[in-house]
Amino acid sequence: MQLAKKETESKASFQALAISKTESRLYMSYISVAFISLFIGGLMGLLQVLVRSGKFTLPAGIDYYQVLTVHGVILGLVLTTYFIIGFHFSLMGKTVGISIKQRKVAWIAFWIMVIGTVMTAVTILYGEASVLYTFYAPLRAHPAFYIGLALVIIGSWIAGFVNWHQLKVWKKAHPGEKSPLLAFMVTINTAMWFICSLGVAVAVLVQFIPWSLGYAETINVLLSRTLFWYFGHPLVYFWLLPAYMAWYAIIPKIIGGKIFSDSLARLSFVLFLFFSIPVGFHHQLTEPGIDPTWKFIQVVLTFMVIIPSLMTAFSMFATFEITGRRKGAKGLFGWFKKLPWRDVRFLAPFIGMLAFIPGGAGGIINASHQMNALIHNTIWVTGHFHLTVATTVMLTFFGISYWLVPHLRGRKLTPQINRLGIIQAFVWTVGMTIMSGAMHIQGLLGAPRRSSYSEYGGGEQASEWIGYQLAQAVGGTILFIGILLMVYIFIKLTFFAPKGEEEFPIAEEEEDAEETPAWFENWKLWIGITVALILAAYTVPVIDIVQHSPLGSVPFDFPIGR
Amino acid sequence: MRIQEDKKASEKDKPDLKGTFVSVMLLGVFIIITWVGAFALFISR
Amino acid sequence: MHLHKYEKIWLTFGIGSLVVFLFVVGYGAFWQGTHPQSHGVTIDPNNIESNEAFKPENLGLTKVDENEYIVNITASAFYYDLGKDEEGKSVRTIRIPKGSKVLWQAATKDVVHGFQVAGTNVNMMVEPGYVSSLETVMDNPGTYTIVCNEYCGIGHHMMYATVEVYE
Repeated sequence: MQLAKKETESKASFQALAISKTESRLYMSYISVAFISLFIGGLMGLLQVLVRSGKFTLPAGIDYYQVLTVHGVILGLVLTTYFIIGFHFSLMGKTVGISIKQRKVAWIAFWIMVIGTVMTAVTILYGEASVLYTFYAPLRAHPAFYIGLALVIIGSWIAGFVNWHQLKVWKKAHPGEKSPLLAFMVTINTAMWFICSLGVAVAVLVQFIPWSLGYAETINVLLSRTLFWYFGHPLVYFWLLPAYMAWYAIIPKIIGGKIFSDSLARLSFVLFLFFSIPVGFHHQLTEPGIDPTWKFIQVVLTFMVIIPSLMTAFSMFATFEITGRRKGAKGLFGWFKKLPWRDVRFLAPFIGMLAFIPGGAGGIINASHQMNALIHNTIWVTGHFHLTVATTVMLTFFGISYWLVPHLRGRKLTPQINRLGIIQAFVWTVGMTIMSGAMHIQGLLGAPRRSSYSEYGGGEQASEWIGYQLAQAVGGTILFIGILLMVYIFIKLTFFAPKGEEEFPIAEEEEDAEETPAWFENWKLWIGITVALILAAYTVPVIDIVQHSPLGSVPFDFPIGR
Repeated sequence: MRIQEDKKASEKDKPDLKGTFVSVMLLGVFIIITWVGAFALFISR
Repeated sequence: MHLHKYEKIWLTFGIGSLVVFLFVVGYGAFWQGTHPQSHGVTIDPNNIESNEAFKPENLGLTKVDENEYIVNITASAFYYDLGKDEEGKSVRTIRIPKGSKVLWQAATKDVVHGFQVAGTNVNMMVEPGYVSSLETVMDNPGTYTIVCNEYCGIGHHMMYATVEVYE
């Protein structure tokens, strides 16, 4: 690549583009699927906490694990992916623009994903795929489940390819300029997504589909799990990075400040690209067939991925403090009072940031090699990712929606909706504190995750657990109220809010900000290092897994699997 | 701009980030406490 | 690229802490042998009885020495097989004196299970084709439930047994 030497003064600010009506329809379609998913998935979550309280049984012979599968697939895979792609497209449309042809391809991606989602959903609803969203072999789902998932992934790839093409076209038209920060971040996230989802795509296409159809008699269980988790950890960073995009490049504008450092923001994203993927073994620490030294190597790499989050924490506080001081704040923490607490576009993501403190701390514990045995597959883990994904990421996505949806729909975020949004954020915080807190404690006491209500033969420990499950039912019910509020707000913003123009907030750099080094645009280098790290972390152990693999496993159907 | 030019310049060179520093250090202490707590529990079991 | 002085201190402190964490777990793992279970011992998933440890007569608790025991468990949906007692009844509870060294060995006949003695560090995935094993000292007296902590089908939450550690 041309390492643009000539520093054609890249302006600190760039020209944000207008989003046309036709574009808006594309972006809103993705986001709408996300909010429909939020409602369905949230309803399933409510049913789960109620069942686990022991006070409620599901009607009409519906199985707990079927409900759990819907919850995981629709919230973990559908909601997140659709919202993120919609958000990615909006950001690209705003910063680098989209051509008519690109928009058409983006629609193709959307419909491929919808077909896949419907296939998967129908299979689960027919009770033919109660295998949870991780679909661990040798539980076998109906082939349509896997094919549907593969279509969702393929659709998301096409969306990512469009994003890359958008940036490429822009760069051609703007030789020597650095790419807009948000476009850079979107490209990092889609690159990471593509590289990691290759793993699960191989597992689904090569292993699961032939095996579920009966063409292959057996499946290599450990290999399929390894491929899944090669995808599974970057998956959570694929959720997190859009939230970080908003924190780095949108929140400063909302609070009336500037970007703390364009280079550091880019650096943290590059580090996420490097270290999100070669770390999947930290989900497999208690598995029998992986060499412990390689587990430890990936633990070390996992700890590397903490560093960009440490950087992000500093950047966030610094943005707040600098902005507050400019507004006249004094003392050590005076700036804290200057933050726009009554603006839900700030408040919701801010609570999300706070949730990432215990979320991140818990994550470090989870990844600590042998210490993983303390919490592995206990409900602590469920509590953990309800902080990270269901609070940090979700509250940030809600925070984005408050301005993005009206912006795309030519409407205004009214003071009333803003107030309702603040209530929503508080409801969410209260509900999640209770539910996730109870899950964390119950997990430390040893209670398993992904389990229906059970008294375990009247064991002492189980009776202790049930109290925490009641607390989770209370927290989960409050959260469901939060979901109803959010869905109401979404409908209001989409169809009923007054017409007008809502700002698409994109923060700018300081006028005299330090120049961002040109080498950040060296994509070949970033991808090269990423691939090298993956090969270093996975080649030897995967060869070992394949060479020393036991006989494969035959499929198991109902009542074990589907 | 009420603030004098030179103050603005010095703010630019070295923004006052004491509050940020204390905040992140508290965050660090929180991480250490939770980790050590979990480690102690692991060892005691 | 310029880092603020405080950010340098913060990152040094943060990364330093991570290095200490890694050193602590690394020391435990490599020098004291407390790696998470990872023996890579394979077994025929269709015939786990081909392995001596999982023959029906060898299941459950076996005393091998003073204060040293082996517990062999077969996991299958949705049952932990701990062998039979003298009267031919299925063992549901095993009793171990406090302070005993116990080698836990588990294998599955069907899908993936998660073997955990709840409230202890005995927590291991049990996967088709592999023997899962972990050695531990049961220091804390009490009654513990063995749960299955990996989803294995419709009756997953009914899969349990009991361990008593007595004084």
